[in-house]
Amino acid sequence: MGKENLQSAIVQFAALDQLLALGRANSLWPMTFGLACCAIEMMAAGASRFDLARFGAEVFRPSPRQCDVMIVAGTISKKMAPAVQTLYDQMPEPKWVIAMGNCAISGGPFVFEGQYGIVEGADKLFPVDVFIPGCPPRPEALIEGILELEEKITGTRRWPRVEAG
Amino acid sequence: MMELLEMEPLRLLIFLGGLIAFAALNAAYLVWLERKVAAHIQCRIGPKEVGPFGLLQPLVDGIKLMSKQLLVPNGVDPYLFKVAPLLVLVPAVMSFVVIPFGENLAARNIDLGLLMIFAFASVNVLGLLLGGWGSGNKYAVISAARAVSQNVAYEIPMLITVISLVMVTHTMNLNEIVKQQEGMFWNWYIFRLTASPLMPVAFLIFFICSLAETNRAPFDLGEAESELIAGYHTEYSGMGFGVFFMGEYANMVIGASLATVLFLGGWQSPFGIGSGWWWFLLKVYALIFCVMWVRWTYPRTTLWGLLNLSWKVLIPISLFNLLLTGATIKVVSYLFGA
Repeated sequence: MGKENLQSAIVQFAALDQLLALGRANSLWPMTFGLACCAIEMMAAGASRFDLARFGAEVFRPSPRQCDVMIVAGTISKKMAPAVQTLYDQMPEPKWVIAMGNCAISGGPFVFEGQYGIVEGADKLFPVDVFIPGCPPRPEALIEGILELEEKITGTRRWPRVEAG
Repeated sequence: MMELLEMEPLRLLIFLGGLIAFAALNAAYLVWLERKVAAHIQCRIGPKEVGPFGLLQPLVDGIKLMSKQLLVPNGVDPYLFKVAPLLVLVPAVMSFVVIPFGENLAARNIDLGLLMIFAFASVNVLGLLLGGWGSGNKYAVISAARAVSQNVAYEIPMLITVISLVMVTHTMNLNEIVKQQEGMFWNWYIFRLTASPLMPVAFLIFFICSLAETNRAPFDLGEAESELIAGYHTEYSGMGFGVFFMGEYANMVIGASLATVLFLGGWQSPFGIGSGWWWFLLKVYALIFCVMWVRWTYPRTTLWGLLNLSWKVLIPISLFNLLLTGATIKVVSYLFGA
C-alpha cells in the first residue's frame, strides 16, 4: 500500500499540503466504538503496555463529529450495519476507516453457505483504507495499522519497515 | 518598557494581545500536560513521537482541528450553534483582564475585580446552554440541563465562601487582596486562622466548587461519555469543538488563578523575598496539576451525588463558615480594639 495508489488532490498547495498531511497523520483521533472481541484488543492498544498515546492517537472521541478514523473492530451483523453506516456518514471529512480483524475484512469465521446474519466485510458498506488481519489482531498489529494509515496520509513511513522472517 | 505601559492605547493593545496569546498557549499546552499526566498516572508514557516529549502534539492537533470540515448539521439553530463556543471562550478571556499576574502586571486594576470575574463566569453557563439547545440533539440538551443545574448549585457555596473572605479583606480589588498577604507564607489567607478558624476548609470548598464550575471530573456530568456521547459539544466538529475546549481550559486557569489570588498569596513569595509573577505562575500550575490529578484518580459522580454534595454538605459548611468569620472578626476587634 503506497502513495502510488492514491489519487492526488486537484488543488495543491505544495509545502502547506505536506504540513496539513503531517498534522492529520499525527493526530488521528479514533471513535469510541467496538463491535466484538477485536474491541478488547483495541482497548489493550490504548492501555499501558502498548500505549497508542505515543502517536497522539489515544484521544478516543465519543462523538463521530470529532473523529478522524473509524476502527471497525469486530463482526458487523446485518442488524448493526445501518448504525455503523450512520456513524460513518456522521464523521466530517477528512475521514479514514480501519477494518480490524477477519470479521471486518471479510466476515471471517461467519462466512458459510446459507449464512444470513453477517455483513461480509466492512468494505461492503463504505471504503476502507487499512485492513488488519487476525482473529483478533494483537494490539501491535493495530498500532502497525495506524502507522500504515499515517504512511498513506503523508507518503513516508515513520520507522523502517521490519520484514517478516 | 514601563513608559510604554503608561500610554493607554498601546497598553490596551499589548495586554489584549498578551492575554489572548496566554489563553491560547495555555489551552494548547494544558491539553498536552493533561495527556502526559493522564498517561503517567495510568503507567503509560503519553505523546512522545511528535517532537521531543511530544511537545509538538498541540500544534499538530491544532492543524488537524483547523483543517477539519466544519459541519453544521441539518436541524440545528444556525445562529445559536455558531455563537455558543464563542460565548464560552470570550468571557473566560475577559476574566483575565483583572487577574494580577504581578505587582504591576494586571491589564486593569479595578476595585470590583472579584465581582467582574464572577459576572463573566456566569455567562459561561449561558454558552453551554445555548450550545446544547442550539444543537437540537437530545444528548446535548440533557447535558446542557445538567451543566446548568450543576453550575447553579456550585456557584452558591463558592460565592458564600468568597463573601466570607471579602468580609476579612474589606476589598474586592484582587491586587489589594494579594498585597494584604505579604510576608511569610503564614500570612496567606489559607493559613490566616485569626481571621476565621475555618480558612483551610474555605479553600477546600472553593477548590471543589471551581472543579464543578469548570465541569472537570469527577464533576464532568455535562460530558459523561458513557451516557451522553460527548455532551453539549456532541454536534461540534473541527474548530467549533476546539474553541469549546480552549474555553474550558481558560476557565480552568481562571479558577486556579482566583484560588491562588484569594488564598495562596498570588504573586507573593512564601518567604517574603523575591516576589513576582514567577510565584504566581508556579502556584497556578501546581493547582492545575492537582485538578488533573483529581480528574485521573476519581471516577465520575452521579448527578444525584453531585447535587447532594453541594446542597447538603458544601452550602451548610460555607454558611457556617460565614457566621464563624463574622463572629471571629467581632471577637478579635473587641479583644484587640482593632
